Amino acid sequence: FYANFRRVCVLFLVMEKSKQMYHCFIIKINHEQQKEFRDTARKFAREEIIPAAPHYDKTGEFPVPLIKRAWELGLMNSHIPEHCGGLGLGIFDACLITEELAYGCTGVQTAIEANSLGQMPVIIAGNNDQQKKYLGRMSEEPLMCAYCVTEPGAGSDVAGIKTRAEKKGNEYIINGQKMWITNGGAANWYFLLARTDPDPKAPANKAFTGFIIDADTPGVQPGRKEINMGQRCSDTRGITFEDVRVPKENVLIGEGAGFKVAMGAFDKTRPPVAAGATGLAQRALDEATKYALERKTFGKVLAHHQAVSFILAEMAMKVELARMAYQRAAWEVDEGRRNTYFASIAKAFAGDIANQVASDAVQVFGGNGFNSEYPVEKLMRDAKIYQIYEGTAQIQRIIIAREHLAKYTV
Amino acid sequence: MSARVLVGVKRVIDYAVKIRVKPDKTGVVTDGVKHSMNPFCEIAIEEAVRLKEKKLIKEVIAVSCGPQQSQETIRTALAMGADRGIHVDVSGKDYENLGPLQVSKILAALAKKEDVRLIILGKQGTFASQVDFQEDSLKVEREIDGGLETIKIKMPAVVTADLRLNEPRYATLPNIMKAKKKKIDTVKPSDLGVDLSSQLEVLSVEEPSQRQAGVKVETVEDLIKKLRDSGRI
Repeated sequence: FYANFRRVCVLFLVMEKSKQMYHCFIIKINHEQQKEFRDTARKFAREEIIPAAPHYDKTGEFPVPLIKRAWELGLMNSHIPEHCGGLGLGIFDACLITEELAYGCTGVQTAIEANSLGQMPVIIAGNNDQQKKYLGRMSEEPLMCAYCVTEPGAGSDVAGIKTRAEKKGNEYIINGQKMWITNGGAANWYFLLARTDPDPKAPANKAFTGFIIDADTPGVQPGRKEINMGQRCSDTRGITFEDVRVPKENVLIGEGAGFKVAMGAFDKTRPPVAAGATGLAQRALDEATKYALERKTFGKVLAHHQAVSFILAEMAMKVELARMAYQRAAWEVDEGRRNTYFASIAKAFAGDIANQVASDAVQVFGGNGFNSEYPVEKLMRDAKIYQIYEGTAQIQRIIIAREHLAKYTV
Repeated sequence: MSARVLVGVKRVIDYAVKIRVKPDKTGVVTDGVKHSMNPFCEIAIEEAVRLKEKKLIKEVIAVSCGPQQSQETIRTALAMGADRGIHVDVSGKDYENLGPLQVSKILAALAKKEDVRLIILGKQGTFASQVDFQEDSLKVEREIDGGLETIKIKMPAVVTADLRLNEPRYATLPNIMKAKKKKIDTVKPSDLGVDLSSQLEVLSVEEPSQRQAGVKVETVEDLIKKLRDSGRI
């Protein structure tokens, strides 16, 4: 099966503090297949997403034709296991695809990525029946799903969510309000985190339960589409749950296991988010470089002025490092290891540099950069959310500090 | 129909890449440069796969002549729907000297060996813009300078694909994965009894001369004066 691939070996050195030993990790990438996946994603992004992106940014409408096309090409739902009709790709492959799509438009890419986020709890914690039912249908038609955890009153503080689920016979009755749910209006089903233990002193790892909820269940009321700074074609809404009845078969793992399920999804979805930010940064770098090689000032092209070439150099440094960071995080989890440390580093770094690089790109374009006829102002608006969703930049730092310090304490 | 179709796919420098001549003028820079399937070969593969989907032919074989990397191009053809691939292994000096005459000898030998009824290639050739498959002949519509011409040809035949023949499909991810199970055979030109010696020798390769900037003039008199001054009239 692997007879014809070329191996690309990358050596990483990791120091295990307690033993002061160097471990060398060698990455074996199935080079050819990944290149082909990436090429298909790249072709789709450059030929179909890029021309349509400005229109969707202006109107804010959900990019149904692009999503349908991505689904047809197999670029969506890459994590769905093979027994549910999916490709069962690893996180590394998914990241390569995500970076290419994000290069085209991060609004479109976020709509697609939110599917992976919604599915991940079912992939990691769903039983056979749940997987067949809710993941199977994603492979049969281009459906969307959503991850409902954030509330108007609780974002970073997940343990502070107030949506409650009360057990009544064979069902749970859900009441509460969710906010900033990507794909909220387009989803066919939701992963929802709700509090099942009313005791305020109950610890987080016992008080919450994860549910799968069909969007057409009575009582589910998506709010209006929110108009955001960037990634405007992505559908973000508040959702109200009023006496929504969910069968107990739709509980993931069991009552009280929700927090672990919700957080466990992030280790697999943060690397692709970092990849998305990297794709945006790469696009900003490419656009700025092309402009800097065309625009002339003081007798030579912008790029030949050291002030500008240094800006481009630093942009390039950041893009390359962000890419290596997400690849490391993705590879670690694909190898079966806990990658929380690397995933948080990748997401934090990529989110920050995406903002810096997009802002630098506007700077290189000068007055033109500020204008909507040129592509870079959109990149700057789109980049901001990468420091906020999927764990804010500050939360990532809390996680990184915790993981880092844990290596030093005995 | 039990016919087999052979499609030539060539690995070339990607059409979006800016081509540069090597400093020693012996050729163009290929090291580290992105290569992909010739866009016209993509159109040829697409046409062959469509004929197969219409159940007019039985099997699509993708052929590429070149070094090891040509197998990537064959893989792309397989991901688009070709059934199997043949890689004619030509490398080094032989590859640099590989010209149309040698390739056509190879394709002819392969066509005989694999009992192929139709060969579809990227243009330059008969520039087909529409192909209709009949029992044992082919109706081909092609664009010529004066308009459109429809001709009927007997098979085995060679048809080349023009831009407007079709819109090549993407290699979807599921198809890329399926393609890995498809076979690629490797043969040497000597196995096919083909002699690769070339009558041509490349003396030097140069970039086309830079376009000179034009000059704008105000009146017809100015124009005539300038033309006279530069000795053109």
